[in-house]
Amino acid sequence: MSVVPSTSPNFKANVKEALADEQLQNALANIKNGFVRNRRIASERLAEFEALRDQARDIKTHTIEHLDVYLEIYQQNVEASGGQVHWAMDEVEARKIILEICQNADAKTVTKGKTMIGEEIGINEYLEENGIEPIETDLGEYIIQLRGEMPSHIIAPATHVSKEQVADAFKETHTELDADRSLEDADDLLAEARAMLRDKFIQADVGITGANFLIAETGSSVIVTNEGNGDLTQTLPKVHIALASIEKVVPTLEDVTTLLRVLARSATGQEISSYTTFSTGPRRATDLDGPEEYHVVIVDNGRTEMLAGDFSEMLRCIRCGACMNHCPVYNAVGGHAYGWVYPGPMGAVLTPGLMGLDEAAHLPQASTLCGKCEEVCPVRIPLPTLLRRWRDQVYARDLSDWMTKWGLKYWAMFAKRPALYNFLANPKMRLLAWWAKKHGHLKSIPTLKGWTENRNFPAPEGKTFHQLWKERK
Amino acid sequence: MSDITHSSGPKVGLFVTCLVDLMRPSVGFAAVKLLEEAGCQISVPESQTCCGQPAYNSGDTNNAKDIARLVVDEFENFDYVVAPSGSCAGMIKEHYPRLFADDLEMTARIFNLAKKTYELTSFLVDVMNVEELESRLEAKVTYHDSCAGLRELGIKSQPRQLLSEVAGVALEEYEEAETCCGFGGTFCVKYSDISDHMVKKSIAALGKTDAELVVGGDLGCLMNIQGKLSRQKDEGQASNLKVRHVAEVLAGMTDGPAIGEPE
Repeated sequence: MSVVPSTSPNFKANVKEALADEQLQNALANIKNGFVRNRRIASERLAEFEALRDQARDIKTHTIEHLDVYLEIYQQNVEASGGQVHWAMDEVEARKIILEICQNADAKTVTKGKTMIGEEIGINEYLEENGIEPIETDLGEYIIQLRGEMPSHIIAPATHVSKEQVADAFKETHTELDADRSLEDADDLLAEARAMLRDKFIQADVGITGANFLIAETGSSVIVTNEGNGDLTQTLPKVHIALASIEKVVPTLEDVTTLLRVLARSATGQEISSYTTFSTGPRRATDLDGPEEYHVVIVDNGRTEMLAGDFSEMLRCIRCGACMNHCPVYNAVGGHAYGWVYPGPMGAVLTPGLMGLDEAAHLPQASTLCGKCEEVCPVRIPLPTLLRRWRDQVYARDLSDWMTKWGLKYWAMFAKRPALYNFLANPKMRLLAWWAKKHGHLKSIPTLKGWTENRNFPAPEGKTFHQLWKERK
Repeated sequence: MSDITHSSGPKVGLFVTCLVDLMRPSVGFAAVKLLEEAGCQISVPESQTCCGQPAYNSGDTNNAKDIARLVVDEFENFDYVVAPSGSCAGMIKEHYPRLFADDLEMTARIFNLAKKTYELTSFLVDVMNVEELESRLEAKVTYHDSCAGLRELGIKSQPRQLLSEVAGVALEEYEEAETCCGFGGTFCVKYSDISDHMVKKSIAALGKTDAELVVGGDLGCLMNIQGKLSRQKDEGQASNLKVRHVAEVLAGMTDGPAIGEPE
């Protein structure tokens, strides 16, 4: 269970809603000609892209195998540059540490760069409960904060929202502005968000960002953005908190440059994102700007357990979103249907690990295992294999629905007994063929409702192959 | 192995697959014809049912292993094992080794079987070096890559190369050829709504071509696509698109009704 509420157990109902949501379907239709197309072009343009993916995989694998060592080196180097590292075993500890830092700074408002781990620990709600106003500064995050939603995509959190819906949200919340102003163009929306956020950046007492990478050898945190909001968030306030999970650490600057080369290309198809910012420690005496305090909150929240178990490869993930962009299931239902913070294939592997399988048993099942996610993953995480591993646990722990369970038992009884199978298959198929003869298909089969509610069932030809083969001899 | 049909050439055990056995035996006979013409000796072990994929993909590893053992027993002594399905061949080739990863006794037998198991079109091209076919079909054809064949076994060029040898076939690619049609084994029944959404997208993309016939290497995907086409026709969306297994076209066995069509 998590402090962030989940609707993953209602996955099937979420799916129905998502498939019927015309606006969402229009939004999802854009992924193919956006992210997917751009990634393809970017990867084809770089001859060494596949080799870089191998290197990226190896860097992450090596780091994860020696995570304790690199985290320790990282801490030493953060402290050497005047920063502080805080360790949080779980979401509750992480929230407390962040609140304490904010309270020590006497914070009224906190600006935030994009952070998925922040979503995971529900930091906004917690700060609000404690009288501190969090303000999202990434445009997508700002929009969903106004709408009171979770992100539906890990790099494009408001990908499900239309321009018109953004305009509505702005008119509803920015009540101090002229109610009759025009918000028809994307530029109008952008200008308004920028104007609203400008003061917030200056007023904020604390800035919280995520971290795409933590560099052990330099003690730096790295953020990758396209709006520059992250830079204002981490340099203007007195206090900067970088929030990261344990697997974000990598050994060297050199390693980070390799990972950056696959990250942006896999995510948006850019060669490099507009802003790639390295933060090392607080402002020094000779620096013109920067925070007075630099804190890094490193959160475990279930990762060590994953590291020790069958899902350690998932910790290679660099959160590019390529798996969901290319996933036909994500493209059909969008991110909210998955019911928690992380959607798509990476979410279907990660969520059961972080929340427990009882909450998230649907997610690893809702995949055709088509393998497209693994094909595009920049760090070559074998996502279908990991989904199957969860399915093994779903079955072993008897969490399958009764249809699956008894259907499998019934089917296996025949599949394991060839004589019985052959004895019954032939007459059964002949009956089915006779029944379907007139149209060549059946419109309804009570035992195959899942099939026939949406499709006809093609008629079998009649006798089985084995029967005919016997007759041919 | 009494049913050997050729006197020389490699001994091939035909893994019929349960869907071909039950639903469309003509695909099995098309495979036999193609393999015989390529010079193979064909046997069809009687004690075969299924590769075990439904159990394996549902997390029921015990039943999957039991079924896999039957397959190993029946097929390990052939020179090659060929299946008219990328998904079933992929199961034996890629997933059996994983299934028995911690079973030392089985490992050697599993690897021996895995390395000589092939999907039909890749076997014909890559192993038997088939370069010519005598079949003929006047039709505009498009090919649907099934996911397991494409991504587990790397099958892409082989069926197209063979189709280009069939006189009269005009091959036209469709944009979503590599996108999953939504079949996914038990997925299409368990998550019928999502599967339906996916197959509709495939069909919409197929509709953008001039193809009269869509072929593929896996009966599951083809039944899914045809089943939806047929339902859409019931609902008033006319389409003349027919669906067949690629083996039927390659073997020149297209006289019978296409999948899901009346006689």
